[in-house]
Amino acid sequence: MKPVYLDNNATTKIAPEVLEEMMPYLTDLYGNPSSMHTFGGQNHRKIEKARGQVAGLIGAKPEEIIFTSCGTESDNTAIMSAVSSQPQKKHVVTTRVEHPAVLNFCQHLGRKGYRITYLPVNGLGQLDLDELIKAVDDDTSVVSIMYANNETGVIFPITEIAGILKERGVLFHTDAVQAAGKIPIDVGHVPVDFLTLSGHKIHAPKGIGALFVRKGTRFHPYIIGGHQEKGRRAGTENVASIVAMGKAAELVAAYLEMEASTTKRLRDKLERELVKCCPDVRVNGDTVNRLPNTTNISFEYIEGEAILLRLNEYNICASSGSACTSGSLEPSHVLRSMGVPYTAVHGSVRFSLSRYTTEEEIDAVIKLMPPIIKVLRDLSPYGREKIACPPE
Amino acid sequence: MWEYTEKVKDLFLKPKNVGEIKDADGVGEVGSITCGDALKLFLKVDKETGKIVDAKFQTFGCASAIASSSALTEMIKGKTVDEALKVSNQDIAEFLGGLPDEKMHCSVMGREALEAAVANFRGETAPVEEGEKRICKCFDVSEEKIRRVAIENHLTTVDEITNFTKAGGGCGECVPDIEAILRDIWSLKPPEKPAKPKKLTNLHKIALIQEIIETEIRPGLQADQGDVELIDIEGNKVVIALRGMCTGCVMADVTIKGIQSKLRELVSDDITVEALQ
Repeated sequence: MKPVYLDNNATTKIAPEVLEEMMPYLTDLYGNPSSMHTFGGQNHRKIEKARGQVAGLIGAKPEEIIFTSCGTESDNTAIMSAVSSQPQKKHVVTTRVEHPAVLNFCQHLGRKGYRITYLPVNGLGQLDLDELIKAVDDDTSVVSIMYANNETGVIFPITEIAGILKERGVLFHTDAVQAAGKIPIDVGHVPVDFLTLSGHKIHAPKGIGALFVRKGTRFHPYIIGGHQEKGRRAGTENVASIVAMGKAAELVAAYLEMEASTTKRLRDKLERELVKCCPDVRVNGDTVNRLPNTTNISFEYIEGEAILLRLNEYNICASSGSACTSGSLEPSHVLRSMGVPYTAVHGSVRFSLSRYTTEEEIDAVIKLMPPIIKVLRDLSPYGREKIACPPE
Repeated sequence: MWEYTEKVKDLFLKPKNVGEIKDADGVGEVGSITCGDALKLFLKVDKETGKIVDAKFQTFGCASAIASSSALTEMIKGKTVDEALKVSNQDIAEFLGGLPDEKMHCSVMGREALEAAVANFRGETAPVEEGEKRICKCFDVSEEKIRRVAIENHLTTVDEITNFTKAGGGCGECVPDIEAILRDIWSLKPPEKPAKPKKLTNLHKIALIQEIIETEIRPGLQADQGDVELIDIEGNKVVIALRGMCTGCVMADVTIKGIQSKLRELVSDDITVEALQ
């Protein structure tokens, strides 16, 4: 049975066109792009083509794109570069709802003596820009704020934030792993200094990422070694995956329109119907400034892992912010920072769609979800007097 | 993705004995919605034979919590109350063909609900929580429970205690306390502690306080997205300001007390810590 895959913020399927494009570099064309012979050297041109394709997705110049091994590496590289190029500055600003790739890296810097400000978010998961303005001072070396949140899809006002920081001469990094390919991004109009991209969130394989570094920004490499990527990221190029990410970026740019119309319509339908037919639900996060593919819904009085495993029986893939699914005992730091009550955090489910999601799949989830919620609520000692799920 | 046994999956998807018993002879309720799992157990006991003729449950929690609850009711039905009390959390886990390490607390919850329901049946008052020392504040776990579960299951590490009771799995502040309890139970040798300096000049004291805040206190708070800043030191009074998630945190007083006890331990017994408001 083909899975109903609604976990595209976790990872995505490799687009068939992407697989086709990368395949020769996994088989016949295995040469090292740094080699003198044509067999290897010709791969260099393919890498440069991919660089142009990735740059095109965000309105950058090709030379502003550095290929890395993943989004996490890009995040770490950007923050580390900003910090080490301004050794006199000892303050870093980020938010409480970042991906662990930024959050834990900042905590790591904190342990090394840096002062870290974690900006709070409100109940909708939005930032108060006055807090940002207050937090930034002469000692601030870099601000790292995600473009859109992976758990809720909430989009931060990155253009405005970038403007504020440019005015104050503070470097700005944004993790756009979730936003890229889902909403238009144009670094020509958004004055960010660093921007992180990941391949496997845009239908390329896992193990490839990219970092945009604006021309003129001082850059310190994170991985030291050979001269690859003009010395900005050492290590023999992952040719096949770079080619794949280039192709994926080109495709996803062409599908942006569809994301904003079809994907959004299906997401809205799923959300609307689930809220309508399951009592005691809440949608988490700002529903206006939100990625078109994501919905995060809390089903009160029941636990997320139980919901996911019941969905799993029908081969429906989603994720949850519940403690039991996190591998730790603590539920989602994003939802907790938003002040979502514990009763709702444990029962949160994230559905994230892609351009491959079909109407039939969404209809299937809409049909299967209410009985699953009912069964688990019948099992739960909480909220009993409120159960009133309509019969099928 | 948890590796659940077929038995766990089966009892999760088709749980047995779900619901309540209206005229139950004993009811036991453990856990809470905040902690992420809770179990309410209902017993019907035959007055003459003392046998449990019916057992039902309601569970809020993950697959293993639901399966553990269902397993428990299956195991105790038909047993006398005394026989039922012999069912340990290990027995529940074995009945399920094993549980992932991180999910062992679900079996412990089953055992606790059984004890609570039997106590309720026998008309015993619930164990006095007041006098008990609460070790883990995040998941509300008492010292008594940690000791009991550690001995019953031969647990020797903090990770194991966390898997079985959740204690230590939240902010991590109680980890040293859990270590101390385990040392006490198993007579383990305590790690070498840095000797407290005998006599300090003011300059030394300030440097030492700064160092301890930087290396021992801030990393722990930052791991939970909080932070602390040293504002001033006047004699033995250390003035700090809580930052990040610590600001306005309901646990702020506990954090301040924790910093004070750390400084008392490592610097001087008469240190007091005050936070700027």
